[in-house]
Amino acid sequence: MENIGGLCLILAFCLGVYSVLASVIGAWKQRPFLLVSAQRAVYSVWVLVATASALLVYAIMTDDFSIQYVWAHSNKAMATIYKFTAWWGGQEGSLLFWSFILSSYTAVVVFTTRKKHEYRAMMPWITAVLMFTLVFFLMLVAFVEHPFRILAIGRAATPMDDGRGLDPLLQYWTMVIHPPFLYLGYVGFVVPFAFAMGSLITKQPGDGWIHTTRRWALITWAFQSTGILLGAGWAYAVLGWGGYWGWDPVENASLLPWITATSFLHSVMMQEKKGMMKVWNMVLVSTTFFLCIFGTFLTRSGIVSSVHAFAQSSLGNYFVVFLAVGIGATTWLILNRLPYLKSETQLESVVSRESSFLFNNLILLASCFAILWGTLFPVISEAVTGEKITVDAPYFNRVNIPIGLFLLFLTGVGPLIAWRRSSGDALKRAFLMPTVGAVIFMSVLVSLGIHHVYAVISFGLCFFVTATIGSEFWKGSRSIAAKDNVNLLRGAIELTHRNTRRYGGYIVHMGIVVMFIGFTGSAFNIDRTVEVKVGSTFKLGRYDLKVADMKGGENENYVWNHAIIEARSGNELVATLKPELRKYAVSGSQTSNVAIRRALNEDLYLNFAGMTADSKVILQSYVFPLVSFIWVGYWVLLIGTLICLVPSKIKLQYAKMEVVGIARQPQPVEN
Amino acid sequence: MHPYAKFGILILIIVATLGWLAMEGVSETKTYYKTIEEMSAMGNEAQVKRLRVGGDVEVIERNGQQVKFRMIQKENGKNLTLNVIYNGKDPLPDTFRIGAQCLADGKMGTDGVFQASRIQAKCASKYEAKPGVKPGSSSYAKPTTS
Repeated sequence: MENIGGLCLILAFCLGVYSVLASVIGAWKQRPFLLVSAQRAVYSVWVLVATASALLVYAIMTDDFSIQYVWAHSNKAMATIYKFTAWWGGQEGSLLFWSFILSSYTAVVVFTTRKKHEYRAMMPWITAVLMFTLVFFLMLVAFVEHPFRILAIGRAATPMDDGRGLDPLLQYWTMVIHPPFLYLGYVGFVVPFAFAMGSLITKQPGDGWIHTTRRWALITWAFQSTGILLGAGWAYAVLGWGGYWGWDPVENASLLPWITATSFLHSVMMQEKKGMMKVWNMVLVSTTFFLCIFGTFLTRSGIVSSVHAFAQSSLGNYFVVFLAVGIGATTWLILNRLPYLKSETQLESVVSRESSFLFNNLILLASCFAILWGTLFPVISEAVTGEKITVDAPYFNRVNIPIGLFLLFLTGVGPLIAWRRSSGDALKRAFLMPTVGAVIFMSVLVSLGIHHVYAVISFGLCFFVTATIGSEFWKGSRSIAAKDNVNLLRGAIELTHRNTRRYGGYIVHMGIVVMFIGFTGSAFNIDRTVEVKVGSTFKLGRYDLKVADMKGGENENYVWNHAIIEARSGNELVATLKPELRKYAVSGSQTSNVAIRRALNEDLYLNFAGMTADSKVILQSYVFPLVSFIWVGYWVLLIGTLICLVPSKIKLQYAKMEVVGIARQPQPVEN
Repeated sequence: MHPYAKFGILILIIVATLGWLAMEGVSETKTYYKTIEEMSAMGNEAQVKRLRVGGDVEVIERNGQQVKFRMIQKENGKNLTLNVIYNGKDPLPDTFRIGAQCLADGKMGTDGVFQASRIQAKCASKYEAKPGVKPGSSSYAKPTTS
């Protein structure tokens, strides 16, 4: 089986190389048969990679511990679902998983565009870019980090009785789907990038590549968002420290392409509606793609210390070469095609929607740069001063909190400000009420004793954005309700359906607002670590927590102890929580299973940290106000994204068609 | 004034503010990576600067909230050890265990024991062998830091 798997990967690599060459030569020399065979090679590669993946999964499922990868990442006792996750649990398998997703995406792109004549010129180049990226990963998986290596002593294969298995901490449902979602998001951005490059190479004048890839970009952005949130949710519910984001280099690496992708999703609107920011969009889509590759490089190269990084390996050098070649070629291509990327309109006023988009982009990029700088600070400092220095969470928070608040402000301002230029009166009409409302709301918060500056500003901005978005829905829905004689809810649904992109976008913004409420809640966290005897009570915030009992036991896997904690608010028993401490027999590792009482207003979070010598329970107890808003906000964001993907009922005419006398002469088009 | 000039000034102000915040952030939180050997050579400076040191965890003693452990680092064929006391507020990660690789942030105490305020242990998902280590060998099962 390992031989067939290995052969599949080598054949896939060879066919991938053929596909790239056939696409390029076919397009260059105008040889249709080469182009057709290149596309067939794409499907063949998919079959081969899928076969190799299926063989690896089969080996894991059937406990074939003669294969080193299976032995290292699975064992007999693991549940079937966790065995399946071993596919991407290690270096080699995750590279195969990358290749499988990319191969699937490529096959889907080729299949769905096969009859679209408008892509005839671009498709060979799109195929070449996609397959070039795939060939890189196939090279790694076929020749460098091979997943089908067998365990052997001398020349004899040596199957082991059982494998090492997956760490107990990872046997949690969000960890099953967190990596695939992140990978789907990371890999997915190859497609918009390939279309952008195809457009540049063939000197396409318009923004056809944006129309085509907008859905790809949105879907992959949703995958990235989901992957990031699942990771945060896992850290919160499993790791026992109560946090959801630690600014670790690898966490940052997943955030960087998300930020540039967010920026791209905004700035493409400028190109579609105003013919502006064409170069910028090329830069953004390329940056997002290369940051996706960079994130993979960071996780696997060992360039920076991270608790999430894979083992040190020689992979880093390959990634450096790929990034250098890719960035160099892309930069040259963009510079060479600048005449085709000139803006059709100019910025007329700082107080305009165009300007708010530009600010949004630049601020997002500033955040991206600050995070990248902090992440690579050890590398930079070592290169400059010879000393390896790292920066911690306070650095990231200090820079990113003001950025986040400014972006939140723009979220409220952008949609209501007019294109081209906004007059003072128009601004007053749009923003007076939301601003007054936000100021009153902030005053009320201060009078209630909330003096945390950032928190007050954040809550005020959340109010402001909610008011501006709400007013947009209110005005539109009321108008439709009156005209069509339907109720307000039907009016709102009709309004959203007429322009799903705009109103879906507003719902995404509302999701962000709700998440910001959750983030802001962390300013009021309460924590207390106590050593208490059974029967004793201690206070945490509004709760009286009583250690009612201790129970223990064991099974074949671990010894467990849990404390039974009664949480009372006033005289009312609000929850009985059972944080648990486990000690695993084989590994000797100790894990804490936290107990959480979740509520919208606050979570009560208990971690059983251990016992003292005199049999007191060591309990780390926390109250996390508003943290549930983060998870609720994610669902709102996802719903908004899905609405954006639904075709609008009414075909929109873009404003740029109405702009007269400002546009420059269109640039000559070469075919 | 041309809109682009106004825009440029606003951006300059924003970037300058962020730059200042970043500089402040760096100077407040910077932590020096040191090996145990380098730390020993620092003398009293190790008691002033915030340091990060990594190694394999050996011998953990838990006494209530206080956790003492020994960290071992292999350098130039030598096994260097460092005694660490963790007095931090956050719970120790579950991945912190004997044999795990961890990073300790803190300062060297006057008694030669490293006073850690933060401990990170290798993420459970990434336990793999160092390159070149044979499967089945005793060191294979150890997690590795990057």
